[in-house]
Amino acid sequence: MGGQIAMHHELPAMNHQLSTKHMNRLNQLFEKKKNNLLSVYFTAGYPELNTTVDIAEALEKAGVDFLEIGFPYSDPVADGPTIQHSSQTALDNGMNLNLLFEQLADLRKRVSIPVLLMGYVNPMVQYGVERFCAKATEVGVDGVIVPDLPMYEYETLYKDCFAKHQLSNIFLVTPQTAEARIRKIDDLSNSFIYLLSSASVTGNSLQVSDVTETYFQRIKDLHLKNPTVIGFGIADQATFQKATAYANGAIVGSAFVKILGTSGYMEKIPEFIKSIKG
Amino acid sequence: MKYTVNEQGYYGDFGGAYIPEMLYPNVEELRQQYQQIIGDAGFKSEFDQLLKDYVGRPSPLYLAKRLSEKYGANIFLKREDLNHTGSHKINNAIGQILLAQRLGKKRIIAETGAGQHGVATATVCALMGIECVVYMGEIDMERQAPNVARMKMLGATVVPATSGSKTLKDATNEAMRDWIGNPVDTHYIIGSVVGPYPYPEMVAQFQSIISLETKKQLLEQTGKELPEYVLACVGGGSNAMGMFYHFLEDEQVKLIAVEAAGKGVDSGHSAATSVLGREGILHGSRTILMQTDDGQVVEPYSISAGLDYPGIGPQHAHLHKRQRAQYVNITDDESLQAGLLLSQLEGIIPAIESAHAFAYLEKMKFEKSDNVVICLSGRGDKDLSTYIKHFGF
Ligand SMILES: Cc1ncc(COP(=O)(O)O)c(C=O)c1O
Repeated sequence: MGGQIAMHHELPAMNHQLSTKHMNRLNQLFEKKKNNLLSVYFTAGYPELNTTVDIAEALEKAGVDFLEIGFPYSDPVADGPTIQHSSQTALDNGMNLNLLFEQLADLRKRVSIPVLLMGYVNPMVQYGVERFCAKATEVGVDGVIVPDLPMYEYETLYKDCFAKHQLSNIFLVTPQTAEARIRKIDDLSNSFIYLLSSASVTGNSLQVSDVTETYFQRIKDLHLKNPTVIGFGIADQATFQKATAYANGAIVGSAFVKILGTSGYMEKIPEFIKSIKG
Repeated sequence: MKYTVNEQGYYGDFGGAYIPEMLYPNVEELRQQYQQIIGDAGFKSEFDQLLKDYVGRPSPLYLAKRLSEKYGANIFLKREDLNHTGSHKINNAIGQILLAQRLGKKRIIAETGAGQHGVATATVCALMGIECVVYMGEIDMERQAPNVARMKMLGATVVPATSGSKTLKDATNEAMRDWIGNPVDTHYIIGSVVGPYPYPEMVAQFQSIISLETKKQLLEQTGKELPEYVLACVGGGSNAMGMFYHFLEDEQVKLIAVEAAGKGVDSGHSAATSVLGREGILHGSRTILMQTDDGQVVEPYSISAGLDYPGIGPQHAHLHKRQRAQYVNITDDESLQAGLLLSQLEGIIPAIESAHAFAYLEKMKFEKSDNVVICLSGRGDKDLSTYIKHFGF
């Protein structure tokens, strides 16, 4: 069996204890800088297998505040065509979690900004969640975003493991998330909350419409304990500014992955980041 | 009650709702409301009425004499092929469209493999005057072309899924992406006992009419409501779950679930999930799925589009692990031969999916007095071109 986490016959009782905050790089960053934080997502192994840390280093040099490195999955239901394509290409190139952790072995020699891993739950479960958390911390990863890991399973099966390894688990909030659930997410979070700009998969441009602004304002008015970062559809300076008017930062994903799909992508990184930050 | 779901949506180790936050409100709305809605007297009477007058239920339980003679047992066919639209899929589609109406939904989406669930969904949407979008793998659109035409004639939009293996799994991904983008007005009618809780449970309940009727009919025809064996094919597992449902607690009834071996379990072209799969997470539930060591979903293969799926529903994973049902498999060729045999012995051309269940009769040993029920989940009209190609008619 590949699954390292036992399939408990009876799930343990819900653990209602709130999260303890550990001072990893992410939390230090959010203490220090409260506005206009820029994060960038890219898929490890795309467009080439062995440029993961090169891209990370280039993004830090270009002025990005923190990174999300995607580990690819064959069936990414929360992603649009751009990240579906980068994920499939990465898999075709031979990317997997074993290799990614090998590549990240010298991450902290070259990159000092916070790094999150982002991917789907099945590859993580097959790798073994305990082993995944231990390895992530060992190579200097600060947090994890797993869109299809539900709150109930996180709390009952994996929370202690994340805490033991001082990894932050990042929850998503959408325009449809009810206030009570947002409060619960705020209690369980220990770095930041990821606000989705709209009800959408990744890659659709943000509509800077009233509906979105109302939602962003509504979240802002909740005065959550955790900082917020807006993602999905942040593609240029206008959308970045819009998002950071309401949240502490914003995340660029598909727009950057598109750049990686063009020739000479390494040289284009500084210019692209400049175009976002202005 | 050993085989039923718990409050968190688990059957033993399997099930749950592994969905991105974007789908949480939709799935939570369903979870909170579906039991109450389908338990309501008004819902029940409308559901029963439609099953009777529109679908044509109860479907007959037919003692197949020549087939019985051949295999030396009393073989009964549960005739889901005689339902309106030609398969068991309509039972679930009727249930879910009535549910969607009560939830105030204005738009329906569905995935389909063989096209039977797509046709059933397009049909109930036409019946209720609701917009319908069906996602179907590009490869399946080719091999089940008559069903694509039927869906279009019924007024549905058919959207090709062009990612991955371009079959059922990818159609399911696309439907989920649509639902993420349309969380308020749209209901997703999942076609099998798969997906996040409460879908596996809800679909099983709508399909459980199959075994409910069977018990009654057996009692009338044989004087005993329990058979020795019950057989059904398994793609996601909805006809099998419906066929097993009311026999689950009758442990003396042997339940046999027939998966598609494709070109052979070890050929690299197979959909025999219980043999080739391991525990993991697919389409929102913890179940058994075909995957690489790295947790990437393996592209399955079967000649039968409805069985061409890399997972099984979580309740099946549980029945498999607890050994309440036996999971076996049948190759493409064996299923086509069984389809030919049923046609020529009984005058019934089965769907290739259903033919898999019939093919397993060849491998069983019976006592003369054994009563055997097979779920004839669908008719073979949609598969004629595949039969023609294989047999050269
Ligand atoms: C006739 C028929 N039988 C069986 C199946 C397999 O689905 P399930 O395993 O959910 O019954 C299909 C699916 O399309 C079908 O059309």
